[in-house]
Amino acid sequence: MTWLNANRDYVLDMLLQHVRLAVPAVVVSVLIAIVLGRIAWRWPRAGTVVLGTASLLYSVPALPLLIVIPVLLGISLRSGLTLVVALAVYGTALLAGTAADAFRSVDARVREAAEAMGYSRTGLFWKVDLPLAVPVLLSGIRVVTVSTVSLVTIGALVGIPSLGNLLTDGFQRDIRAEIVTGVVGTMLLAIALDVLLVGLGHLATPWRATLPKAAAR
Amino acid sequence: MGIEFRDVGKTYPDGTVAVTGFSCTVPSHRTLALVGTSGSGKTTLMRMVNRMVEPTTGTVLIDERDVQGLDKVELRRSIGYVPQAGGLLPHRRVVDNVATVPVLTGTPKRAAREAALALLELVGLDPALGRRYPTQLSGGQQQRVAVARALAAEPNILLMDEPFGAVDPIVRRGLQDQLLQLQAELGKTIVLVTHDVDEAFRLGDEVVILRTGGIVAQTGTPKEIMAAPADAFVRDFIGSDRAERSLRTVEVDGLSLVVDGDGRPVGVLE
Repeated sequence: MTWLNANRDYVLDMLLQHVRLAVPAVVVSVLIAIVLGRIAWRWPRAGTVVLGTASLLYSVPALPLLIVIPVLLGISLRSGLTLVVALAVYGTALLAGTAADAFRSVDARVREAAEAMGYSRTGLFWKVDLPLAVPVLLSGIRVVTVSTVSLVTIGALVGIPSLGNLLTDGFQRDIRAEIVTGVVGTMLLAIALDVLLVGLGHLATPWRATLPKAAAR
Repeated sequence: MGIEFRDVGKTYPDGTVAVTGFSCTVPSHRTLALVGTSGSGKTTLMRMVNRMVEPTTGTVLIDERDVQGLDKVELRRSIGYVPQAGGLLPHRRVVDNVATVPVLTGTPKRAAREAALALLELVGLDPALGRRYPTQLSGGQQQRVAVARALAAEPNILLMDEPFGAVDPIVRRGLQDQLLQLQAELGKTIVLVTHDVDEAFRLGDEVVILRTGGIVAQTGTPKEIMAAPADAFVRDFIGSDRAERSLRTVEVDGLSLVVDGDGRPVGVLE
């Protein structure tokens, strides 16, 4: 605790950096995954290829990816953008399949009735498909969020500051308190964002509060 | 006037023939019941009216205008649609479900909701149910909401896709009575799809019995079909050989009692 007290500003700064890297990466992943998932849902044949390719990206090792992205995009290796892009690639890979499942989870009878009532194609997406896909989508977003928060730490290896710095620095200088702070801080951030997502999920799906418990799951 | 099917057919890309050369006219303010087993093309025919299905041959006309020439979305909004069980929007409160089409066509939300509450009353529901979500209602109540929703934009035409198929017989009877009463007041032009002959006879002014492939087995009023079934298929389908259809009278204490084929009393002849 003495170490933490002495370095509070440093830890808070790293925490802030961590959030700044993780949140945009998750947001971008969600947006791209929804588009890919929708494509896969709409055109199942093309979808198999799209989803297959996306999940393949998840198997690309992280460090080479962090080297390749700056070369491809012409940005600095140490830029936070490099890490955000890399994390968005992993996030999208994780989430695209779930997004397709989310659209498939929408009751066909509901969609059909909505279409027959006169929803336009865009109206059907925004007012029917997307809100009803939220529960399944959210379960995927929670996984991606936790995974992204933990992956941000590898940025420290190439000099992109985050709570991961507490790990590299702590190992190098053998400060156990710093390592523990890095690990616990990362976990607490992941948990906090997860709780936030669950709360947002409840706000976005008020009708589910009325379902019997077994059906709500 | 009304709805006219002019020699329509539907063959799906995989070669399945759903409907062949179907012609029929539904006069305004009348109810046409399309009845048949699954695969008889009855739903396909109904869905051609609001262009959920496009015929591969022939045309569908509403008030002498080819629906093909009308904007799909506008056409659908102008036609009331009562889906099968489970067709309500689960994420919208009952009142907002009913107000769906008026809101889509630009009615201010508040006015649309007020009108929706009145419609709930019209279909025999407590307006207080409007605050609930569809899953909090019984199956019968949900289908009443579906009828209210179809009426919300004051359409001339109602399409009903096995609307009361999933509720128990007593509730179904209540819903049918309600519909008959509403129809007597509102006089919509209705196309009703059902696999239940009794429902078709009860609700339809005109009944079309379809066999597999959308081929018409017989068309007529319920009385005409009952009096003179066209062939063995129709006789079997409407169950004219069933014991409860072959009624006769017996005299008991000076009353003419009607009994069915098994001798069970079903009523008194006046």
